[in-house]
Amino acid sequence: MTDTKPPAEAPEPAASEEEPPPPRQETVFQRFMRELTGGSILVTILSVLLALVIGAVLIAASDPDVQDRADYFFTRPGDTLSAAWNAISDAYGALFTGSIIDVNEYTLGRALRPLAETATNAAPLIAAGLGVALAFRAGLFNIGAEGQIILGAILAGYVGFGWHLPTGLHLIVGVLAGIVGGALWAGIVGVLKARTGAHEVIVTIMLNYVARFLIAYLLTTAAFQRPGASNPVSPIVDGSAQLPRFFDDSRLHLGFVLVILAAFGVWWLLERSTMGFEFRAVGANPNAARTAGMSVGHTYIWVMVLAGGLSGLAGVMQVLGTERYLTAGISAGIGFDAITVALLGRASPWGTVAAGLLFGALRAGGVPMQASTGTPIDIIVVIQSLIVLFIAAPPLVRAIFRVPVRSAGQPVAGLQRGWGA
Amino acid sequence: MNKRFRLAAAVSAVALAVAACGEAPDEDGDGTATGDSTGGSADFTACMVSDQGGINDKSFNETSYNGLVLAQEEGIIPEPKFAESQTDADYGPNVDAMVQDDCGLIVTVGFLLADATSEAAEANPDENFAIVDFQYADETGAPIAIDNVKPLVFNTQEAAFLAGYASAAYSKTGIVGTWGGAKIPTVTIFMDGFYDGVQYFNEQKGGDVQVLGWDKATQEGQFVGDFANTGLARQISDNLISQGADVLHPVAGPLAESAAIAAQAAGDVTVVWADSDGFESAPDYGPVILTSVLKGMDQAVLAATQEAADDAFTNEPYVGTLENGGVGIAPFHDFDGEVSQETKDELAQIQEQIISGELVVESDAAFS
Repeated sequence: MTDTKPPAEAPEPAASEEEPPPPRQETVFQRFMRELTGGSILVTILSVLLALVIGAVLIAASDPDVQDRADYFFTRPGDTLSAAWNAISDAYGALFTGSIIDVNEYTLGRALRPLAETATNAAPLIAAGLGVALAFRAGLFNIGAEGQIILGAILAGYVGFGWHLPTGLHLIVGVLAGIVGGALWAGIVGVLKARTGAHEVIVTIMLNYVARFLIAYLLTTAAFQRPGASNPVSPIVDGSAQLPRFFDDSRLHLGFVLVILAAFGVWWLLERSTMGFEFRAVGANPNAARTAGMSVGHTYIWVMVLAGGLSGLAGVMQVLGTERYLTAGISAGIGFDAITVALLGRASPWGTVAAGLLFGALRAGGVPMQASTGTPIDIIVVIQSLIVLFIAAPPLVRAIFRVPVRSAGQPVAGLQRGWGA
Repeated sequence: MNKRFRLAAAVSAVALAVAACGEAPDEDGDGTATGDSTGGSADFTACMVSDQGGINDKSFNETSYNGLVLAQEEGIIPEPKFAESQTDADYGPNVDAMVQDDCGLIVTVGFLLADATSEAAEANPDENFAIVDFQYADETGAPIAIDNVKPLVFNTQEAAFLAGYASAAYSKTGIVGTWGGAKIPTVTIFMDGFYDGVQYFNEQKGGDVQVLGWDKATQEGQFVGDFANTGLARQISDNLISQGADVLHPVAGPLAESAAIAAQAAGDVTVVWADSDGFESAPDYGPVILTSVLKGMDQAVLAATQEAADDAFTNEPYVGTLENGGVGIAPFHDFDGEVSQETKDELAQIQEQIISGELVVESDAAFS
């Protein structure tokens, strides 16, 4: 964390043959960012494919029919293989018809419903994923999206069912309240990091717990419970505060449009604005940014506030769009999946959108896959985790598919683009 | 290391190969008949959507699912379908997936699924639903009925009252304790009954047995906050034991194990299990289980399935009571010798009084 040492003092001549030692000593984070943003799209796609192949093996192995037939594999191997093929094609078929298009339905609305369901699931993942990605670019690991979503949902939900405002205004106030809730929650982290140097990973994780217990507590109070009931479930938000749905047949709501606008906003911020340039400069090298006259502390606070606002937007979508009432589990693990989405999207805004759509499809398709074929839903989690594993280990994927190594020692791609623009 | 690993790999490969050398069944046996659980259209099927506990949670969801397994054993339905919810966001899509799958009866488990169930029920008036442990209510708390949803609920306080009485009679320290997973009506209803059972013992026998962990008047007590934090569950149990409690009544599904482990470690401490007979469902802890408060969710689900299969579905709530056997207390098993005949007679008498209505066990969470 001190100043960079002259290269003479870094005795690493035998590093590796294909990768010459980097020109200056990097921190772990800088190397991580270089790997993350510098990876090729090919590696990403191959990682997803590889995860699906391993998922297929697991589906076959966990299928009772296949297990029965494997008992006499050597007597009649065809049985096992055809049962395995059936299990895999049924499961992935259901995954596809549950997330893209259902050709067995008779009305167009019902047939396209899976696609809408994918978008519905993707919207909060993208919003929170943008929050995580934005923080990544400024050199911060924002593990606190889960807590920021909860705070966003609490505030947006309370405005939704507790206040009764005119149509139009109610929705706007609700959305803003949610964004502010997430922004303030993350802002605490930014201030602590800037003022005291507290590590954001620790603080965000701890604030996740605080948020979780806060919502559990609030749902035991009369102000948040449904009148006449004592279960920890809030009233349904007023119609005037709900994000309008586009079709009768699906839950797809206005939130998806908001999140695409947010992705555009983050792209503009990072690539076209002075503030975004400062974010990236601080992320690339805080010492250099400080020397260049930028306020690193201010940057930390602002980036956390914006990241939290984006996660808060995810909370808004859950409570005002998809679910329409608050429960203790309103965040639904989106904040943790968002970290994965941001990694898979290589911390770029449009990459995050693409990764969020993929994860939204897996979430949407997993439901009918489990219901109609009995494939354990946990397979979806395994596939998601494998994707991340392969993304995080690009050399492994390169080795498996014999992808040639890119020229090493390249600086952070995003930064390079920034200079050129 | 490496050699040993190779050896292990070779051994397991051989084992797999041997295991795979079984004889093939006749070609025209059941070899091609796969996936008949999806069934012909004439077959009546029943499906279940669980909450986050999943259908193997050794508690709430599993007991409910066992009702469908019983229905399958009795030939009422083919293999039941189920969908496990991983997060709160899964309830709506899971219920909808079951509607798409043409289930004759969709059983949903727990209050968290209440909104998803009512929404699906209103959108699909021809589909029948049953919801375990929840009854819809209006703003004043009065029950409301939905045409195609049958609530399966339990007046568990009646059974817990008996367990509380038995615990007070058994306790040597004069202190018993209870704690819950989360402060929700389906949990506090146990604690209310348990508390009142102890008070009734004090009243009848002039005793002074204390209840730690729950105060019925203020409705305040000890809770873990969820149904997963085994560490905190153990800590709460240890605290109650160190305060002198020698009977613990944990109402927390799978977390009850933590109380049993604490009781085993302390010696001389017993546990009153909840939901199922812990002596059978958790045999490892049999030696510390005094008795169990039984909640017959499996029987309720079975009855609802039978009704729907017979084309006799009604939205009339099923309320499990001591009278209809929907709730009850388990035998004392290992402690049979340590509970006096006098106490057993009194328990039988109290049960009679509750059934006849002479003795009413009240709880804010009770059903009518």
